Amino acid sequence: MSHDHDLNGAEILLKALADQGVEVVFGYPGGAVLPIYDEIFKQNRLRHILVRHEQAAVHAAEGYARATGKVGAVLVTSGPGSTNAVTGLLDAMLDSTPMVCMTGQVPTSLIGNDAFQEADTTGITRPCSKHNYLVKDVNDLARVIHEAFYVAKSGRPGPVVVDLPKDVVTAKGRYIGPDKVRHKTYKPKVKGDIAAIEAAVDLMAQAKKPILYLGGGVINSGLEAVALATKLVKMTGFPFTQTLMGLGAVPASSPQYLGMVGMHGTFEANLAMHDCDVMVCIGARFDDRVTGKTSTFSPKSKKIHIDIDPSSINKNVVVDIPVVGDVGHVLEDMIRVWKAKQLHVDEKALKSWWREIDGWRAKDCLRYTKSKKVIKPQYAIERLYELTRDKDPIIATEVGQHQMWAAQFSKFDQPRHWLSSGGLGTMGFGLPAAMGAQVAFPEKLVIDIAGESSIQMNIQEMATLAQERLPVKIFIMNNQYLGMVRQWQELLHGGRYAESHMDVHPDFVKLAEAYGAKGRRVDKPADLDAAIMEMIETPGAFILDVRTDASENVFPMIPPGAAHNEMLLGPEDEAEKPSSEDGMVLV
Amino acid sequence: MTGKHQPHTHRHTIAVLVDNEPGVLARVIGLFSGRGYNIESLTVAEVAARDNLSRITVVTSGTAQIIEQIKAQLSRLVPVHKVVDLTNEGPAVERELALVKVAGIGEKRVESLRIAGIFRAHTVDSTNESFVFEIVGRSDKIDAFINLMEPLGLVDVSRTGVVAIARGTQPL
Ligand SMILES: Cc1cc2nc3c(=O)[nH]c(=O)nc-3n(C[C@H](O)[C@H](O)[C@H](O)COP(=O)(O)OP(=O)(O)OC[C@H]3O[C@@H](n4cnc5c(N)ncnc54)[C@H](O)[C@@H]3O)c2cc1C
Ligand SMILES: Cc1ncc(C[n+]2csc(CCOP(=O)(O)OP(=O)(O)O)c2C)c(N)n1
Ligand SMILES: [Mg+2]
Repeated sequence: MSHDHDLNGAEILLKALADQGVEVVFGYPGGAVLPIYDEIFKQNRLRHILVRHEQAAVHAAEGYARATGKVGAVLVTSGPGSTNAVTGLLDAMLDSTPMVCMTGQVPTSLIGNDAFQEADTTGITRPCSKHNYLVKDVNDLARVIHEAFYVAKSGRPGPVVVDLPKDVVTAKGRYIGPDKVRHKTYKPKVKGDIAAIEAAVDLMAQAKKPILYLGGGVINSGLEAVALATKLVKMTGFPFTQTLMGLGAVPASSPQYLGMVGMHGTFEANLAMHDCDVMVCIGARFDDRVTGKTSTFSPKSKKIHIDIDPSSINKNVVVDIPVVGDVGHVLEDMIRVWKAKQLHVDEKALKSWWREIDGWRAKDCLRYTKSKKVIKPQYAIERLYELTRDKDPIIATEVGQHQMWAAQFSKFDQPRHWLSSGGLGTMGFGLPAAMGAQVAFPEKLVIDIAGESSIQMNIQEMATLAQERLPVKIFIMNNQYLGMVRQWQELLHGGRYAESHMDVHPDFVKLAEAYGAKGRRVDKPADLDAAIMEMIETPGAFILDVRTDASENVFPMIPPGAAHNEMLLGPEDEAEKPSSEDGMVLV
Repeated sequence: MTGKHQPHTHRHTIAVLVDNEPGVLARVIGLFSGRGYNIESLTVAEVAARDNLSRITVVTSGTAQIIEQIKAQLSRLVPVHKVVDLTNEGPAVERELALVKVAGIGEKRVESLRIAGIFRAHTVDSTNESFVFEIVGRSDKIDAFINLMEPLGLVDVSRTGVVAIARGTQPL
């Protein structure tokens, strides 16, 4: 019989993780965390996924969290272990992904002495975590872990770092359960102000040219919020658009969906955003990839903004009716108030608004020139989507042109099926994120849509796939270029392709084989379907190296520093691109 | 709005009640430097030992939109209990303390002592050739005092930065 105060720090940690419902931790061992690994060895409740690089552990936990809605868990050692995790932490921070990252630390007596593998982890991670802790007393450990999970998932979700000195995890101490821990200060407001909600629905009922602009916050809020968002869309008949982070919040198959908004969003979505008279922003943050030039952003509209984080309000764009609260709670109240007030939309105005929108839709802005000779990247995604849609795949992406085509040409009817690095735009995100999702859903089809360059940033995780028998499919859109960089150089730097071409890439088929997986190369449009089917039907991990047209660019495009109505629709518009000086300095 | 360099910037004094825990000051300062906000003055000290609370008084400047952002960003920090804009919610009393060292002999020495009297500064140290004055007041009063001491042999200044509190009966 062990008494509560007989536990050592490592046992306390594992008990706390168990009480938090953690089933999987992604990690990599080292000196400072050996006592924790010893405890992991002695039990078989918590599954540990041994990655091949700590950055990948964090992205895997992000993939796991985004696919499940749970908090991801990471365990890494001190010094290089924690610094390797930093990119992933910032990625999770910018995309509001809930996570607890536990880092080893040198014993408290050595902190500050430049001890072996010492890093000021709380100092380094302060600006790239939602919160962090250095645990100095084993008796604080259980409380801190419970607090960390609470902070990670409450309000606007984010990564929380817990730094664990080695002497703390070996010392004996007291355990307390989650029910004994209440956070002193952090209590985000989830209910929206009812007066603001009433003003918002009144404005919506008067709207003649409304648009709903949905973001990642809808998905963050949970499945009920997602259902309520769909209800709001149906109830109002309003057109809606989604951000890169919001894809799948409301089904893309809805006839009211205008496609993605923003730099590489559709013509109809961006023009509707520009010309609307009422914009309802729900869990999105007016990111500069969405707004373009803010001084000309949606100049005629009154704006409603629902967001749980008061710092998102009026940050980039000044709004008329802010509603601070959780999307689910606020939408529930909005729909209730709408019904109680017996409000109706302005049918006549809405009809003519839809006529205008249909005119923009007729442009068919995602149209591209088909080819029988080379595989057009858009075609590759279209075929992948068509051949896998009945399986509801989870799609992860790396960062670049392929990511944008994946966003434009796959249609998501469900949330949590799209895993992409939006805010930080981290090349190397996709493979480990797909791995994390596959750990959560071993039976599901999980595909990483990759660029040949991005994939090499975390290619070592092929070994993790093999060890854990994770059948992730890697769909490489191989254009031999840092395609997105090349596109900007073509449009903004006079076609001077400085360092965006790589002469040398590995043979991805052999690489797959080297890691015990299967692979295939395809370069003819006629062979693509068969190759995709082979990828899906082959058990286990698979790399499909799709040789795509290297000269293709992503359109539509709002050039940096331009307004929504200054979109480039295709190569024919490139000549008249606005080459604003302001735009050149933007990223 | 792109914001940070627009006209119409105003000076605001903001009081922040925080848990007195390691790293909390670094969080606040890191927020200001990381996001490019100004710090004109910042003071911090424990104010309620029993509740383990510290109070930070920060004087900053920016457009109305930036000031709103600063407050929202501060409130978002996990160990922050409360953020109050004393300038907006005023009236408030602001004070700063400075120690001012003036070295000199003869006429200048006499003159420095006379001005110190006018400003109600106390002499807290003196040698045959120097004084240390302690002066309390609004920052502009201290600025004025230091300016007057400049030609009289000013050699060193140490200032606390602003502390502030709302007038009237209510707590923060
Ligand atoms: C190469 C590249 C190109 C890109 N191009 C585009 C593009 O064309 N279009 C595009 O849209 N994006 C694009 N992005 C992504 C872009 O950078 C941003 O990541 C994205 O637009 C942000 O999405 P969001 O506004 O939905 O916010 P998120 O980052 O998902 O933030 C969610 C917001 O909702 C709030 N929130 C969270 N939880 C809740 C809750 N429970 N209740 C209420 N509110 C909540 C948060 O406080 C936050 O304000 C691109 C990225 C890359 C790398
Ligand atoms: C870690 C990292 N480094 C650099 C960049 C800048 N960057 C954005 S897209 C891109 C090119 C990606 O190339 P690839 O993976 O081949 O995708 P493509 O654009 O060709 O589809 C680069 C270098 C980044 N986003 N992330
Ligand atoms: Mg490429």
